[in-house]
Amino acid sequence: MLSQSTQLEVKNLTTCFRTSKGNVMAVDEISFSLKKGETLCIVGESGCGKSVSALSIMGLLPPSGYVKSGSAIFQNNDLLLMTTKELEKLRGNRISMIFQDPGSSLNPVMRVGDQVSEIFQIHLNISKQEGRKKALEMLKQVEIPDPESRMLAFPHELSGGMAQRIMIAIALACNPDILIADEPTTALDVTIQSQILNLMSEMQLKTQTAIILITHDLGVVAEMADNVLVMYCGQVVEYGDVKTVFNSPIHPYTKALMKSIPIIGKKTRRLDAIPGRVPSLDMLPSGCRFERRCAEKNDNIVSNCQNKIPPIFNVDSLHGSRCWLEKGNE
Amino acid sequence: MITYIIKRLLISIPVLFGILLVTFVLARLIPGDPCKAILGEKATVEVCEKFEKRFGLDQPIHTQFFLYSKRVVVADFGNSIRFSRPVSQILVERFPVTIELALGGLVVAIFAGVFLGIISALKHNTSVDVGTMVLANVGISMPVFWLGLMLAYLFGLLLKDTIFWLPPSGRLTAGLSSIPFFEVWGWEVLKGTSKSKFLEFFANHYIFNALITGNWEIFKDAIRHMILPVIALSTIPMAIIARITRSSLLEVLGRDYIRTAKAKGVKSKNVVSKHALRNAMLPVVTILGLQMGGLLSGAVLTETVFGLSGVGRMLVEAIYARDYPIIQAFTVMIAVAYMFINLLVDISYGFLDPRVRLE
Amino acid sequence: MSKLGKVSKNLSENIDEELLLQKPVSVWKRTIKRLLSKRSGKIGLLLICFIFIIAIAAPVIAPYDPHEVLIGKEIVKLKKREAPCIHVFGCDQAKPQHLMGIDGNYRDQFSRIIYGSRISLSIGFSTVSFAVIGGVLLGALAAFFGGWIDNIIMRMMDVILGFPSLLLAIAIVAVLGPGIRNALLAIAIVTLPAYARLTRASVLTVKELDYVKASLALGASPTRLLLFRILPNSLTPIVVLATLGIATAILDAAGLSFLGLGAQPPSPEWGTMLGSERNQVFSAPHLVFFPGIAIMITVLAFNLFGDGLRDALDPRLND
Repeated sequence: MLSQSTQLEVKNLTTCFRTSKGNVMAVDEISFSLKKGETLCIVGESGCGKSVSALSIMGLLPPSGYVKSGSAIFQNNDLLLMTTKELEKLRGNRISMIFQDPGSSLNPVMRVGDQVSEIFQIHLNISKQEGRKKALEMLKQVEIPDPESRMLAFPHELSGGMAQRIMIAIALACNPDILIADEPTTALDVTIQSQILNLMSEMQLKTQTAIILITHDLGVVAEMADNVLVMYCGQVVEYGDVKTVFNSPIHPYTKALMKSIPIIGKKTRRLDAIPGRVPSLDMLPSGCRFERRCAEKNDNIVSNCQNKIPPIFNVDSLHGSRCWLEKGNE
Repeated sequence: MITYIIKRLLISIPVLFGILLVTFVLARLIPGDPCKAILGEKATVEVCEKFEKRFGLDQPIHTQFFLYSKRVVVADFGNSIRFSRPVSQILVERFPVTIELALGGLVVAIFAGVFLGIISALKHNTSVDVGTMVLANVGISMPVFWLGLMLAYLFGLLLKDTIFWLPPSGRLTAGLSSIPFFEVWGWEVLKGTSKSKFLEFFANHYIFNALITGNWEIFKDAIRHMILPVIALSTIPMAIIARITRSSLLEVLGRDYIRTAKAKGVKSKNVVSKHALRNAMLPVVTILGLQMGGLLSGAVLTETVFGLSGVGRMLVEAIYARDYPIIQAFTVMIAVAYMFINLLVDISYGFLDPRVRLE
Repeated sequence: MSKLGKVSKNLSENIDEELLLQKPVSVWKRTIKRLLSKRSGKIGLLLICFIFIIAIAAPVIAPYDPHEVLIGKEIVKLKKREAPCIHVFGCDQAKPQHLMGIDGNYRDQFSRIIYGSRISLSIGFSTVSFAVIGGVLLGALAAFFGGWIDNIIMRMMDVILGFPSLLLAIAIVAVLGPGIRNALLAIAIVTLPAYARLTRASVLTVKELDYVKASLALGASPTRLLLFRILPNSLTPIVVLATLGIATAILDAAGLSFLGLGAQPPSPEWGTMLGSERNQVFSAPHLVFFPGIAIMITVLAFNLFGDGLRDALDPRLND
């Protein structure tokens, strides 16, 4: 990590959704900080609240969602308290976001070049002509072949990888301080995946943009992350730098995740899966949410696990776990 | 894009053939003897033979169809049995009324419908939304002829001595007449020629005619006479367009690319106007052709209610009178107009949605 | 390793058992529940029941016979096209009560409107039944056999759809002669193509599904497949379209009757009643107003119900 300046400080962010069955808590008091030039990976299964966290920070929740409490301090301002107008100035400008399915994330009736130049027109207040010039530059930077004719293409004429490069071009156009990438490679072929990740790394080196990379793919985490945030059922269950979390995980969930990664060449008959299922958000247990699937609980603490939600115990300054087993280790 | 347009044009040809065939067959199938229907029950056999010869009704069926097709293509529809005048002349006099009515209905339906649909969608689930949708539901359930009669009663009788009074029938107030633009401009036009028919066709659009000759009195009068029929006619399409606009816009607003637009920092109003609307309008354009068909059908009923001498009302009368040339000609023209409109809608859809051009 | 393995096995068994014990909710129950939760579906259903009750109980509710001409039968001399006389609202007690007035042939309009509900309902259901059966049959045949059968059937549908619907109905009635039966046939023919296209699209999709191909390969009879597997899965959009189709049929039939091409006088069909009195709208607006309202309420009922049904059956809306 080059510089110690913190770009984003999220504290106790809690987001809920209004459903026909009442209000459901999708994100439960997550906290993290993001430093300049750093890549933070948020890992977890589908539905654990990773995307919702990102959308909450950007103010892009659907109408049924709302931030219940918490703060997200960006350059001395709390994003969660800003008006839409103020957020619109930051979006695409200081904080950008790219999404999972590039094909559906681009406007199908607008030419791709216009969609890129639009972001310049909005934030730099320049004309359409000048915007197009800058857009062409951007397309070259993200290594799109034959950019002049690609500018005139429509999204459905592009492949997935190409479209995601366009999304990256849009996102990094104004040299944002933070880029949030929500499963950017999940919808792409594996070979394209590594190209896109490499592109993101290269751009990051140039611009010192901090990246929040949301994924469920541990391989991506291993390749890209400086720090890792593991989420389960809306809560942070472990955090730390990538080497520590991968080599010495402490939370039983993280441990089980690491164990489930198949090792090529090793002979096994059965892959290690985590038994059971994620509890449904409207029927959460009163204690630790992973308890029913936990392979490490012992009789000493089992009553704690079942009845009280464990807080995050900081094992050392940069590594923590939400598990009663760590109670003595702080 | 060009290939797309050509493809659409080519598909129209068999449709045209189908129209000719169907109208020819239907007109021939109408029971009853046209001779007796026109000349009376007492017409003798010799008179009827002469009658049939004159109107070519004694030829074998396939010859009749061939001759008929030939004539339609050059727009020679023969003479009306009932009026003994060229049908094309009658068309020139009557079609403009229906066109003014249907176009007026279309314009009002589109503007009002889209506007209401957008407002409902943007104020989703508020009282504005619910109220508009209730009105829309009521609107599509109203019989057009009943609405017309009720409007005529309200504005023609109840509000008679107020400024809100609107004429309940006719195209112009009695005593006023529209002077064709070519007469106003002093053009030399021989009566009865194709050129005169062509010019008359345009001149018979009173509103358009008054506009280009600068005759404000006729212009205002003609528009006032059109207000009630157009409102009655446009109500159902307006309600349908409002509903589709609303549901389409709501759906589009939930799509991923709208989220991207917001993430780019596009201002909320621009998200709707620049990104959402163009996509949301696609389903609306799709149904426009169908709505035009409904407008043409509804024009029949509206013309009857408001005493407008348009194509629809004449068609119904011609059916009663077994006036084959008019039945054929009017049905063909209406069907061809409908076909053209659908063609235009298809082509403009190709302009709006680039994905479709690849087909 | 083995101990951990055992623990895992027990855990997974317990958890899966719990899931299995949840009762699956029947599709029908869920549909009905969703239908009744939305306002439009509820109101539509209520209105439809209301109209059905009126139709069934017509002889009981209507004070007069709908065809009964009342000259000379009343104590007080009646005027032709007399305005409504409702005792509760102040009409003189000595005058006989006619809730919706008297029509141009000295008949009680209220009774005629009541009996008219029977006609409208039967128009709606018979037209749609015919159109659905015919359309589904043609669409299924076209999709199942493909080739030139498909081509011919679909071209015929295109020809019908090439005309504005009411105009074609008028033309067909002109050929067959005015009358309620011919009007019904005409409307059915004109609305048939929509069901044919819908069925064809559904069958084409389902036909390509693997389980159908597998069944055919194993020797299953195509007809049985069509009837018992493919069609039931395409039922939903047809049901919705049919409900809305009843509304359109009633409107179109009223339009034809208004023009004199549908139900003929003295039949108390609402469109006919409106049509015969249209020239007197200024002097006797009640004779135009009430039949129109009756049409509107009936059509609205089916439109609302159809909308509610469509939303309730939409598989994308999950609770």
